[in-house]
Amino acid sequence: MTAVIEFKDFSFIYEGEKEAAVKHISFSVEKGDILLIAGISGSGKSTILRAMNGLIPHMYNGVYEGEVLIEGKSVLDTPMNELSRSIGFVFQNPENQIFAFSVERDVAFGLENQGFSSEEIRERVAWATGMLGISDLRKMAPFELSDGQKQRTAIAGVLALKPNILILDEPTSLLDPLTAKETLALISDLNKELGLTCIIVEHRLELAAPIANKMLVISKGEVRNFGRLKDVIVDPVIYLSGISIPPLIELQKALGIDDVRLTIDSFIREIVHR
Amino acid sequence: MIEYKNVTFRHKSGTVALKEINLKIGEGELLAIVGTNGAGKTTLIRHLNGLLKPSSGNVYVFGIDTKKATVSTLSKRVGMVFQNSDHQLFSNTVEEEITFGLKNFGYDYVKAKERAETMMRFFGLTALKDRAPLTLSGGEKKRVCMAAVLAWEPEVLVLDEPTVGQDFINKKKLYQAIVETNAAGRTVIIVTHDVEFIWPLQPRILVMSSGRIVRDGRASDIFVDEGLLRSANLIMPQLAEISNRIGMAPAALDINQLLEVKDNWLRI
Ligand SMILES: Nc1ncnc2c1ncn2[C@@H]1O[C@H](COP(=O)(O)OP(=O)(O)OP(=O)(O)O)[C@@H](O)[C@H]1O
Ligand SMILES: Nc1ncnc2c1ncn2[C@@H]1O[C@H](COP(=O)(O)OP(=O)(O)OP(=O)(O)O)[C@@H](O)[C@H]1O
Ligand SMILES: [Mg+2]
Ligand SMILES: [Mg+2]
Repeated sequence: MTAVIEFKDFSFIYEGEKEAAVKHISFSVEKGDILLIAGISGSGKSTILRAMNGLIPHMYNGVYEGEVLIEGKSVLDTPMNELSRSIGFVFQNPENQIFAFSVERDVAFGLENQGFSSEEIRERVAWATGMLGISDLRKMAPFELSDGQKQRTAIAGVLALKPNILILDEPTSLLDPLTAKETLALISDLNKELGLTCIIVEHRLELAAPIANKMLVISKGEVRNFGRLKDVIVDPVIYLSGISIPPLIELQKALGIDDVRLTIDSFIREIVHR
Repeated sequence: MIEYKNVTFRHKSGTVALKEINLKIGEGELLAIVGTNGAGKTTLIRHLNGLLKPSSGNVYVFGIDTKKATVSTLSKRVGMVFQNSDHQLFSNTVEEEITFGLKNFGYDYVKAKERAETMMRFFGLTALKDRAPLTLSGGEKKRVCMAAVLAWEPEVLVLDEPTVGQDFINKKKLYQAIVETNAAGRTVIIVTHDVEFIWPLQPRILVMSSGRIVRDGRASDIFVDEGLLRSANLIMPQLAEISNRIGMAPAALDINQLLEVKDNWLRI
């Protein structure tokens, strides 16, 4: 297996701060993985993501130690525009991401930048806006959107690029519950069909755990556990790291079930009699 | 105490975001508003402190017609935490952000500082008190907004997506703050997509869709109505769904209630 993303003893102190935001981070992500990153607020999740797409160190100043490799190349030596060809990044706050005059222009923006043909752009914009349920909003200006509609637009713009690596920072935080579920299912489909590698930060594990295969737990800027999601999610370190466990998992832990089922369907099918 | 009378709201662009809303909210109620993205939830609550005024119809808060009141007089009584923290934060430090409202609403310097310290301790912000709010992490920003509004104990507390970016510990604190505020007789209104969070609170729930309130009822009735849930882009909270699937009614509010009767449903 080839590592698509590799962190080697990476530490970072934001300029002007005394404490490192993240310390001695080492882990690697293989092609086709969906990695779920969990940790309490302020633990360093967004910082780790910024170190992947090059915002750190190219846009954020600070003390940079260790190495982050994307497809074998050090982020330090790779300009952001090159990184953005293989990495799609969905920001925690969609307002930092959408700025064109209309939803449609915004979703097309990245594609235009990467020089796709106008026909290809039209096709992909139609696909992405359809998938995110914003086709009807195509002509609206971003400032006229509700917050969830902004988040849908931001996600559509990135999915339209069909990047090799998709990085999402709390992508469902503003989505209504059904759209959140469907968006994660869509990402899971793209992962299966296109072999897309995905890194996702999400507090609501009930939504993200069913689609991920690996999990990284971070606390106070350090890695507490990393590995197969099914193993990590039942590790008591999760509680100590302040991560909330969905009722379904909690219930199975209380019942002493080791091989936890991640969806209610499989739980009912395999654990419950009718 | 709060009343919407035939309220319609039209944005400048022409979008009608609220359609003939009629709604009464009593003193001391705990209310959650849920529904599809773009349904009009944020638009609805922004009428409470006069940030938005109805295009037609009226909103009365404590008997005052919001068309005849200023945002600042209403804001003292109706504290609002916005969906996007970046729209709320404006001070140079976290501490200033939290003391600002207090001073504005008549606390003296010493009292304001004391109160701010209590709030920062409660929300785990003490170590960040000299930081610039806009450089904080997403969840930290939200907590600063929450602390700033809760500090002056408004009579009505309105929270737009309060759990976004919050981890387990902070969600628990938020939960506690909501329960305590409500227990003290104050009205709490929560707009949220986080159905897991509101399920154990068992609030009165308004379901919104396309600018209308399509259902006004109790959590226990709404979250079992599959047709309604689908039409408003909602899903069942896990505890409600598990209860439903194992035939347990009323649905469990915590896992212990499921464990107590496990002999009835457990296969292994
Ligand atoms: N631009 C910045 N300048 C200085 N410190 C920062 C900056 N951005 C983040 N930090 C600090 O670095 C630490 C990690 O922040 P980060 O944003 O990575 O956390 P997070 O895990 O994403 O949190 P959340 O879940 O709340 O978004 C926090 O203490 C935060 O205050
Ligand atoms: N400034 C604006 N100008 C024009 N239209 C707007 C504006 N803000 C919101 N809208 C529109 O009004 C409707 C209601 O928006 P609102 O923000 O109230 O939705 P919401 O229920 O809070 O959604 P979300 O769950 O996404 O936060 C949406 O159709 C939206 O596109
Ligand atoms: Mg973050
Ligand atoms: Mg809203």
